[in-house]
Amino acid sequence: MATQNKYVKDVANQEYKYGFVTDIEEEQAPRGLTEDTIRWISAKKSEPEFMLKWRLKAFEYFTSLVNEEQLPDWANIKHPPIDFQDMYYYAAPKKKVTLDNLDEVDPEILKTYEKLGIPLEEQKMLSGVAVDAIFDSVSIATTFKASLAEQGIIFCSFSEAVLEHPDLIQEYLGSVVPYTDNFYAALNAAVFTDGSFCYIPPGVRCPLELTTYFRINAQDTGQFERTLIIADRDSYVSYLEGCSAPMRDTNQLHAAVVELVTLDNAEIKYSTIQNWYPGDENGKGGIYNFVTKRGKCQGRNSKISWTQVETGSAITWKYPSVLLIGDDSIGEFYSVALCKGFQQADTGTKMTHIGKNTRSTIIAKGISAGYGQNTYRGLVKIMPNATNSWNFTQCDSLLIGDECGAHTTPYVEVRNSSSHLEHEAFTSRVSEDQLFYCNQRGISIEDAHSLIINGFCREVFSQLPMEFAVEATRLLELNLEGTVG
Amino acid sequence: MNPLLDIADLHASVGEIKILNGVTLTINPGEIHAIMGPNGSGKSTLANVLAGNPAYNVTRGSASIAGENLMQLLPEDRARRGLFLSFQHPVEIPGVRMDHFMRASLNPIRKHRGENEIGILDFDRLVSEKVQVIDMSRDMAKRAVNVGFSGGEKKRNEILQMAILEPKISILDEPDSGLDVDALRIVASGINQLRSNDNSTLLITHYQRILDYVTPDYVHIMIKGRIVKSGDKSLALDVEKSGYDQFEPTPQ
Repeated sequence: MATQNKYVKDVANQEYKYGFVTDIEEEQAPRGLTEDTIRWISAKKSEPEFMLKWRLKAFEYFTSLVNEEQLPDWANIKHPPIDFQDMYYYAAPKKKVTLDNLDEVDPEILKTYEKLGIPLEEQKMLSGVAVDAIFDSVSIATTFKASLAEQGIIFCSFSEAVLEHPDLIQEYLGSVVPYTDNFYAALNAAVFTDGSFCYIPPGVRCPLELTTYFRINAQDTGQFERTLIIADRDSYVSYLEGCSAPMRDTNQLHAAVVELVTLDNAEIKYSTIQNWYPGDENGKGGIYNFVTKRGKCQGRNSKISWTQVETGSAITWKYPSVLLIGDDSIGEFYSVALCKGFQQADTGTKMTHIGKNTRSTIIAKGISAGYGQNTYRGLVKIMPNATNSWNFTQCDSLLIGDECGAHTTPYVEVRNSSSHLEHEAFTSRVSEDQLFYCNQRGISIEDAHSLIINGFCREVFSQLPMEFAVEATRLLELNLEGTVG
Repeated sequence: MNPLLDIADLHASVGEIKILNGVTLTINPGEIHAIMGPNGSGKSTLANVLAGNPAYNVTRGSASIAGENLMQLLPEDRARRGLFLSFQHPVEIPGVRMDHFMRASLNPIRKHRGENEIGILDFDRLVSEKVQVIDMSRDMAKRAVNVGFSGGEKKRNEILQMAILEPKISILDEPDSGLDVDALRIVASGINQLRSNDNSTLLITHYQRILDYVTPDYVHIMIKGRIVKSGDKSLALDVEKSGYDQFEPTPQ
């Protein structure tokens, strides 16, 4: 139908609204990746010896994988080979900043965040949200740090944590995602430049939503950050990450690692709104988002919940997972992934049940439009000792137009007989009948699409913190907005 | 005064198949017209063509609502001008709550009428009031659009939307099909309650029985995409008694 074809075309060509470049001087590491690059980064950050050693071991492992051509090739994605020697691994604004005083932050950078809707002045911020702002390779500012510290909560950049809390870093760094985990995790461990660190002490319920906002600005630069969140026993934290990047016709690599640890009765709720530049309407440019995220429910009766809304990136390759070690622990994964234009997403989760009576829930919603290719890949693994474990999986796909694709690859591995698994999946199309029904009720074609799509995503959006649920809905609408004419 | 709906020599097809072969019909404010006809005579096509369903092509003729030509308007613009279609098979929209859906529907229509958008609380009151028209609990407004609704609930839900949107011309495409006697009474009672001197209804039906509850001013018999006979309520009784064969054109 003419109207829908036009709409679908518009969706595929939707403009990216965060594609501007901030014009500031940045300091970069020399192009390419050698042991010297790693020493350079480590020295830049005045890191203790243990960090440099760990990085070098990771680099050695990464090099061996490159030499043996052990690049991951199992995902349902296509891209030309990445030249790891033809990019920068570190870029930071030149003006020296001290982290606690915004007066010393380059006004251009403050303006950038303001434009992205993330003002860093505390009085301007969304109430109840503390932010760590990462610009290319470094943390620019962390808000509300002092008031959080009063409750013993540590929320700071990763670099700062390495210097100020080396014991916690040594104990937990790589404890959930070791550098040997996979190709990009090895690369990240070798060259990561910054990220967020968060520790919630026993018995504390973090009063603010903690947020990290990642911005890539510099050209030909990869962003490699690490986030580590530790929720000590009986504590709770809700954490959110957002991200965006300028529009460029070359691909940029973002290879992050996120590690979460919960001790007895603790809970971490981790939400992502991912809006990296997806590339232009011909599939040129965009971010390669190759990310390893994993949580470890180490303590009894602890809970880790991942919620992700993936709207950006040329390619998304990520599987936020949970290791359910403590008895009675709970893992959750709620995901909406949108692929339009020539975007590709291969995303899902791994739930590994190790402790007894562990429970996991997976709800994955894939939306494909234009020439987008969306794959859900999941693994539910129930170990022999994980008796009476329970999993529910639902992976649904929604197709808009005729050129896109949806794929699901759910794996299940059960090694005891007392566990219970349920799996549901359906694929649907935004049907002409649904659109006409809405139109007949006075609802325009754009509003009808966003209504139907929001309905499709409702179970996932309802998991997001209130402020961000609104943002996610809006982002999805922006991404799917078509111009009538 | 303009008629509310004025259809002149309307021809329409789906793909290569001609379905409407020159329908002419005038409906004035306050009137209820019933269109009856055998399966495949073009009744539902007429409803869909009037509402602007893009699956149908109008090849000749015209239709206007209160003097304004419908044929150049998008389906949503026809709806905003007060044209309502009660669907024979209402579609399901998973995850979209009825109250959200109906508010998304009412607001652009109100805007077109020059009224303010209705707020959530006022809308909630409106729903509480209107569910009484179809004898349903207001809890149904919290359910997803038509998802898991029984056949009867779907039909009542269409009448609820008609009650909320207050259209000028309602085209009811077999609002009685698949209903038991109790549900039929409720739907018919809803249609009667919504009847006024300012609106009109085009009621499409296969059977006479709904006309025992909703009294039409005119009854039209449609055969092979044309209205072949018009009359009053007694015409429907005639159909009941002798079937549609009597109206089939005799071969020359």
